[in-house]
Amino acid sequence: MTKNMKKRMIRVSIGALLFFIAVVTEKIQLIKSENLILGIFLVSYFIIGGDVVKRAVRNIGTGQIFDENFLMTIATVGAFLVSEYPEAVAVMLFYQVGELFQDYAVHRSRKSIAELMDIRPDYANLIQNGEVVQKDPSDVEIGQIILVRPGERIPLDGVLTKGSTSLDTSALTGESLPRDVMMGSEVLSGCVNLTGAIEIRTTKEFGDSTVAKILELVENASSRKAQSEDFITKFARFYTPVVVISAALLAILPPLLTGADWKDWMYRALTFLVISCPCALVISVPLSFFGGLGGAGRSGILIKGGNYLEALSQAKTIVFDKTGTLTKGRFAVTKIVPHEIDPAQLLEVAAYAEYYSNHPIALSIREAYGKKIEESRIAEATEEAGYGVRILLDGKVILAGNSKMMSRENIGFQKEPGAKTVIHVAQNGVYAGHIQIEDEIREDAAEGIARLKKAGIRRMVMLTGDRHVQAMETAAKLGITEVYSQLLPGDKVDKMEEILKSEENKGKVIFVGDGMNDAPVLARADIGAAMGGIGSDAAIEAADLVIMNDSVSKLSTAIRISSKTIRIVKQNIVFAIGIKVFVLLLAAIGYASMWAAVFADVGVAVIAIINAMRAIGKVKD
Amino acid sequence: MKKTYKLEELGCANCAAKMERKIGELNGVNECRISFMTGKMILDLEDGQESEIMKEAKKIIKKLEPDVGVCEI
Repeated sequence: MTKNMKKRMIRVSIGALLFFIAVVTEKIQLIKSENLILGIFLVSYFIIGGDVVKRAVRNIGTGQIFDENFLMTIATVGAFLVSEYPEAVAVMLFYQVGELFQDYAVHRSRKSIAELMDIRPDYANLIQNGEVVQKDPSDVEIGQIILVRPGERIPLDGVLTKGSTSLDTSALTGESLPRDVMMGSEVLSGCVNLTGAIEIRTTKEFGDSTVAKILELVENASSRKAQSEDFITKFARFYTPVVVISAALLAILPPLLTGADWKDWMYRALTFLVISCPCALVISVPLSFFGGLGGAGRSGILIKGGNYLEALSQAKTIVFDKTGTLTKGRFAVTKIVPHEIDPAQLLEVAAYAEYYSNHPIALSIREAYGKKIEESRIAEATEEAGYGVRILLDGKVILAGNSKMMSRENIGFQKEPGAKTVIHVAQNGVYAGHIQIEDEIREDAAEGIARLKKAGIRRMVMLTGDRHVQAMETAAKLGITEVYSQLLPGDKVDKMEEILKSEENKGKVIFVGDGMNDAPVLARADIGAAMGGIGSDAAIEAADLVIMNDSVSKLSTAIRISSKTIRIVKQNIVFAIGIKVFVLLLAAIGYASMWAAVFADVGVAVIAIINAMRAIGKVKD
Repeated sequence: MKKTYKLEELGCANCAAKMERKIGELNGVNECRISFMTGKMILDLEDGQESEIMKEAKKIIKKLEPDVGVCEI
């Protein structure tokens, strides 16, 4: 609670106490003088609502007649004029209590979301001439060495040059499992160093670092407004004038036309004024969206605006790019088929053969082998482009390459049917078997797709540049039936257009890509989602939604957060407008007291705010 | 040209909505977006008219919520 709020609370409490005394004295008729009682009520009124009256007077000067301060003042002064003293003070009291509560709730939710996003590093320990100097992260240049101690947050993106440690990446990915890093590992700003002191050579300036990008994105997200936010702002513009004008008519017409008691109609009109502020709505809707965006951020899903959060709840179609999205975009050994040799030995020989190659396939074989390569065992190595490699290992001639190489060398081998990438190996002219390599499917891709179906996605499409057989195989494993293969990057945009225009498309269309070469498709879709892009500027820039930890199942989480937020927004709109209209009607026919009106104003605001704050909470998958 | 301002002590959501509309209608302002939750105003302005526009914008803000402080970030 801020100082200002505390002061207001104390003042309102004192006023409330005095008001209570006044009500009691009047009830037990301790003081007979009417004027003295009015005096006590007036004093408590000014202690409680003096600031409101002051602001109202100041606003009249600037022509702000539909301002809530002004309306509350008119309503309460009017109540004094029709001799409803206790109600006049009570209305002001409840209004102030409600305002206080409202400010407190807004303050709290601002703070809790700020804490959620509190990943801004305060300083960097720069190592200069062997000494550690504490600096502002934005003063550190590319290529300088910084020290990060256990417990500290990594301030800039870089490469680890000394030490090893575990990192808590939860601020970026929402993932609670710590990640181990060692020399040469790339580390991202925003992670917290858990176990050991490390040194990092920076590769980016602060402004381009992951943490700065994320903060910028999150902070700007709430200024991209959803349709329902715009609706509420528009509604508020007309609501207040309409209610105030009706109030004026209510006060003047019936007594004038029918000669009814003007005090009674004046009271009804004043009740109208109390309900005329649209604050509950205007506050609760952006608060819900803000909470939804914050909750998504905590789960490692960055959404660039309330408009996208809203659109997500209407998504019915998802279009996936295959490579780098459903698959890791990285090759891995999937099958070892030895020929009259031990499988481990085949892998070893292949790993040695591929030792000098930088091709992704070579990398995947060495990774599968996993042991250290003893360079001294290799006597000779030549790479033949388009065929493979030839080395001399422990005195044996090893060939590792494609079927063209085997045919050329007249080595008998089994042709492998299907679409896979295959490396054949021969030892001293004798076939030793082959190794299959495939782009790995992400571990949670199948589960993620199943969850999306449950979350209400009706149509799933896969786009890929791969050959048809390969594409169908991946799709079958994942449970996707609609596949378009052998597409050039330009074709993907055309396909997206087709899907957007197609007849069965009633909801919004999400495109999921890695943000590397599919930026035009990301931009064309209703919601462009990038994954596998952490630390990649291209992805963060091109997409409307970024999944920080490369997990397909986060997509359904995003949709669920979106649906929950939209549900809360709708509840609030219906509830707040419903209660207000209901109480307005009751007031018009003379059944609602000012107490009910105060509830319709502040009570509704408070309930709507409490409901809105649910949007920050976790969702079930 | 895009500029971001912090609106300190922004306390009333409806006022923020009014500010956004009125400042957005000023000459030389292409777009004005105010986020009540973060207390930030993002302005897209015509180049070269910044100081005049800001004078007008500050007037509007003062009028709607006199306690709000405006500072550029």
